[in-house]
Amino acid sequence: MTDIKRIALFVTCIVDQTMPEVGVATVRLLRRAGFEVDFPQAQTCCGQPFFNSGYRDQARDLARRTVELLDPYEAIVLPSGSCTAMIRLEYPHLLEGNPRWYYAAKRVAAKTYELSEFLGKFAPDFLNNEQLAMSNEQVAITYHDSCHMNRMLGIKDAPRTALAAAGYEIDDMTESDRCCGFGGLFSIKMPEVSNAMTAEKIRQGKETAVHTIVTADPGCLMQMRGMVQEGDGVEVKHLAVALDEALGRGAGEQGNKGDGR
Amino acid sequence: MTATVSEFRERATVAIADVRLQTALEGATGRFAASREAALAELPWADELRDHFKAMRAATLANLAAHLETFERNALAAGAQVHWAQDGAEACAIVTEIARRRGVTLAAKSKSMATEEIHLNAALAEAGVRPVETDLGEWIIQLAKEPPSHIIAPAIHKTKEQVAELFERESGRPQSADDIPALTAEARRMLREQFLAAGMGISGGNVMVAETGSVVLVTNEGNGRMVTTAPPVHVAVIGIEKIAPAWDDAAVWLSLLARSATGQPMSIYTTVVTGPRREADPDGPEEVHVVLLDNGRSHLLGSKYEEVLQCIRCGACLNVCPVYREAGGHAYGSPYSGPIGAVISPLLFGLDKYAALPHASSLCGACKDVCPARIDLPRMLLELRADLVEQGLAPTKEGAMEKAAAFALRYDKLWRVVTGLGRVGQRPLLKNGKLQVPDQFNPAGERQLPSLAKKSFHDLWRDGEV
Repeated sequence: MTDIKRIALFVTCIVDQTMPEVGVATVRLLRRAGFEVDFPQAQTCCGQPFFNSGYRDQARDLARRTVELLDPYEAIVLPSGSCTAMIRLEYPHLLEGNPRWYYAAKRVAAKTYELSEFLGKFAPDFLNNEQLAMSNEQVAITYHDSCHMNRMLGIKDAPRTALAAAGYEIDDMTESDRCCGFGGLFSIKMPEVSNAMTAEKIRQGKETAVHTIVTADPGCLMQMRGMVQEGDGVEVKHLAVALDEALGRGAGEQGNKGDGR
Repeated sequence: MTATVSEFRERATVAIADVRLQTALEGATGRFAASREAALAELPWADELRDHFKAMRAATLANLAAHLETFERNALAAGAQVHWAQDGAEACAIVTEIARRRGVTLAAKSKSMATEEIHLNAALAEAGVRPVETDLGEWIIQLAKEPPSHIIAPAIHKTKEQVAELFERESGRPQSADDIPALTAEARRMLREQFLAAGMGISGGNVMVAETGSVVLVTNEGNGRMVTTAPPVHVAVIGIEKIAPAWDDAAVWLSLLARSATGQPMSIYTTVVTGPRREADPDGPEEVHVVLLDNGRSHLLGSKYEEVLQCIRCGACLNVCPVYREAGGHAYGSPYSGPIGAVISPLLFGLDKYAALPHASSLCGACKDVCPARIDLPRMLLELRADLVEQGLAPTKEGAMEKAAAFALRYDKLWRVVTGLGRVGQRPLLKNGKLQVPDQFNPAGERQLPSLAKKSFHDLWRDGEV
């Protein structure tokens, strides 16, 4: 295995705009695991929303600029299985037929990782060696397998291994891999069906003895949060935040100095 | 029938609000899916068998015309008559003409999606032939005057109470919803008379076997056997893609079909029809007709959608589909619902008529996982969505918004400006840090939309706060 030192964070548009704390937690984890993290600041969106709704030209434009931006790095890490699937599996298809872009897309695809997958591959012992900082009430969670991460990338164990190493106990839902109802444009185009699917997901989450649903995908997180009612007593958390909390926030890390722009 | 986005939403909303339907649907699909999983787990080399099956289906379709001609030759040699129907109207005309020639007034039918697809019952009624469905589920929905809501379990949305009500109306005798054996016996009594009185039996076909010109039917109730043997004429209507070159191939097909559909190792009855009754046979029809139905299928050969013709109509994809499990089958406005219906309805009946269906999916991929032929249904839904855009069938407003958003995202500085304006613009709508959008303006319905964070990750990084 190559020894990776410096990685690029592709934070995803949802995290960037609506849940930056997930990005912060991701950076903190990666630094703590010994990696130097760079954030290519021109990044916007991987283009998946456009690809999935049939707007291929628009998706292609965004794929090209993202490939160009990420190609110089040794590895790229995303706090999202879905966007990782887009870059890894769809970019090469989308940019097929143009040798200049196709090979670059293949290159980028081969070095793009979802967060827990990356940690499992390149820092497998990191979580085991950390001091845990959780109370007993916090440790029980249930994990939602996000569809693209589970089925397209085949990543099922890595997030669970990471959560277990961080001291969490996972109480599984009846169908941990049943879709949360997000599906991008689907959630706006068919809100009644989408919301009914989310309600079912949350119902299954509530059926477990725990109050925290953890997921590795910002899309699912946004969707479930939107449907959790105040009386549900359910909290939905991103994997990065859950891991970061387990390690105790804010301890011993080197911050980014910022470019002052 | 059609399925525009608003039609799909309306019908789905009705289904979601129907507690009885939801209970019936969630229970039945869950049981089917669990049984399927257990049945495949019992099979050694289940994965390899599916790979083999897919390869066989692909190879057959690559040479479909030759296999159909072989089938025709062998079916003719066995004494059957073979008809080629380019579309539904042609197929209906063929069947009603046979009925007219034979003076048929009552036709007993076993369950067939192909005849649902071409609306054969309506054509028969118009020609003065009364069709009676003899599959219990099909009969229930025929009595209820509804289309099927599941490929293999057409009355999956009905509860036993609703069935008892329908039977009571039909039989004129009181029925108890709590005594299912009695309900079944009642159905048996009423249907038995129809089999004996029918001048024609109409079936579909689960698979044709080219090497012997045979049509194979699987049923759990034995009605398929009655339909194909009791009446003097048997007509089978079958899509041209459902063909196996040899019995070895059909064996693999059948070993996956029932397991994928209901989780049974085999259906209770597997009926093979090879031509009409021979001289030494004690029973069987005098005439056997096979209607080979194209109805848009051959257009898919050689296209990016050819793979979808590998489908064997087991219905496994419906049972695991989270959209189908909430919206129910009727939302799709097509005899074919669920993920496979969302792909083939637009392809066979028109993308313009079924524009909602490519979008009736969260692209979760559960369908692809359980398909015995591993058909990449999510990929095809994506292709259909791209076709909608390319053919100008996507809403103009949606197109304008998608293009504007993509334009802003291409220029990161512009994107920062746009999202910055959004941060300012959302202020009047924020309450305790949460976005409160009035219901009539909330495209997400009852779901709360996320607000933009005070500071984006980008800004946090730029300012050295990460």
